[in-house]
Amino acid sequence: MTAADRPARRAPVRPARVLLHTFLVVTSLAWLAPLLWALLAALRPYAETSEKGYVSWPDRLSTGNFTQAFEQSDMAHYVVNTLVVAVPAVLLTLFLSSMVAFHVARFDARVNLSLLLVFTAGNLLPQQVIITPLYRLYLLVDLPGITASGKLYDSALGLVLIHVAFQSGFCVFVLSASMRSLPHELTEAALVDGASVWRLYAQITLPLCRPAMAALATLLSIWIYNDFFWAIVLISTGDNMPVTSALNNLSGQYFTDPNLVAAGALLTAIPTLAVYFALQRQFVSGLTLGSGRG
Amino acid sequence: MSAPTETDEPPRAAPTAPPPGAPPAGPTGHRRLLTRRDRITLALMAGVPALLHVALVWLTALASVALAFTTWDGIGFDTIHWVGLRNFRELFTTNPQFWPAVEHNVVWFAVLILLPTPFGLFLALQLDKRVRFSRVYQTAFFLPVVVSLAVIGFVWQLVYNPDTGLINSLVGANRPGHYIDWIGDPDLNLWAILVAASWRHTGYMMILYLAGLKSVDPALREAAALDGADEWQTFRHVVLPALRPTNTVVLVVTVIESLRAFDLVFVFNKGAHGTELLSILVTDNIIGESSRIGYGSAIAVVLLLISLAVIIPYLVATFRTERRG
Repeated sequence: MTAADRPARRAPVRPARVLLHTFLVVTSLAWLAPLLWALLAALRPYAETSEKGYVSWPDRLSTGNFTQAFEQSDMAHYVVNTLVVAVPAVLLTLFLSSMVAFHVARFDARVNLSLLLVFTAGNLLPQQVIITPLYRLYLLVDLPGITASGKLYDSALGLVLIHVAFQSGFCVFVLSASMRSLPHELTEAALVDGASVWRLYAQITLPLCRPAMAALATLLSIWIYNDFFWAIVLISTGDNMPVTSALNNLSGQYFTDPNLVAAGALLTAIPTLAVYFALQRQFVSGLTLGSGRG
Repeated sequence: MSAPTETDEPPRAAPTAPPPGAPPAGPTGHRRLLTRRDRITLALMAGVPALLHVALVWLTALASVALAFTTWDGIGFDTIHWVGLRNFRELFTTNPQFWPAVEHNVVWFAVLILLPTPFGLFLALQLDKRVRFSRVYQTAFFLPVVVSLAVIGFVWQLVYNPDTGLINSLVGANRPGHYIDWIGDPDLNLWAILVAASWRHTGYMMILYLAGLKSVDPALREAAALDGADEWQTFRHVVLPALRPTNTVVLVVTVIESLRAFDLVFVFNKGAHGTELLSILVTDNIIGESSRIGYGSAIAVVLLLISLAVIIPYLVATFRTERRG
């Protein structure tokens, strides 16, 4: 179908369309309901809900719970913990996996197929398959003076390393596919002209992969921000936890006030939602890059 | 793909072959033109990241296998003792949590593949009909995939809380003597958590299928419409066959997500009675009260074998088509 005949097909309102929209409106509201319910609880003072019950008409909505949850839990501190892990992890993952992808896409087809297999399969493993030895390894590695704990265990560095190692599997796969779709002559010609391999990678290939890199950066930021498992196991000091995992401790502290817990949980979702809304297209394309054939 | 972390870890799309339009790799030609320095650069470019990945992911996976045949208290290497299959024997015969955990993982997969997956496909089919406000609807369904599983756990606790939760308040079960304990009751809690997991999985599947539907040839649909095929027939004979690659990805992603399931359960009730999962049992042997390294590794090996049984055939098939391409 061409773009030209689309407007002509805009039919008068058909009952099927009305039905479709009704279905979609009702279902999407049902889908948002748990989040909206949490938002409502977070906006109501505890005194009011404990007196009137949660299913009641709110007398007064305030952001008091949000400010209180933010200040009392020292959330800013935990967000900084997350940034200290996430920013280097995202950059390093993209840097390292783009180099492997470049190698895989441009040289040594046979070796590279196995390399690609190793990376991709590694990324599909459940984290729990490797966690026991990883935990022991992190306890064994002494890094006096480099990390505050003196070990890989309980350090931001340890979290960065496992994120990079684990996520690079996915990124190598996506980036190598993206690099392979670049015309071969491009790099061939530069090589003939005497360009070094590094120049080929940094100045010719990478700039052409910017859309894929942007999509992956968005995806990685959200995944690493949302990570719960690695930090729960590999961080022991509550103060060193990234914000998503710290949530678990915070909720224990405030379990008597569900409204406050709701506010805290929703606060930690704000950065993810902000990144998602700002970079929606990159996020979705990143998620579907590996799948389907679009 | 992490598949993703997903779980966790978040969710992730599994890889498939690159678009068929991609030129075949004929890259060996480059080699002749390389200087020595180039070769060293190249080796480092692939070697350093590969070393990191192999050391932290594959060597640790192998170490899990090795440790599964030992006992170790974690203090010094000389306390590692070979015990053969004892950990496995104990796991299969005497551990009261192992078989329930396996069953729950299987139930988790069965529910995800039977309910939210088809529903996600259904939503994708509806949203693919050039609906107005399609973006808005998509966002609503997709929001649970963006938010962390930990946050989802807390949000759903507000729904399930026996005293203050939405459900009990609505049905009047939030009074002493009438409580429905969605989180504590071992007959209910797995299903309660699965509702939350399905809520999230639906949006993920919808996005994968929406991407897959773009590959359905519009000309074929037009032809089917001209031949007088109704919506169901078009779906059955035109759309579904074109979605085969997407279905494979969906299957792999769903298996992996079911094996990785952890965060939600941990936030809900730490995998207590009724919600044991293999991933939880492994973690209990690290940060739980009874840390048994060899035993925890044996559970990890079970997880590893199940995942490899899915991952390897999938990747072999994927890369075979790629090579042919």
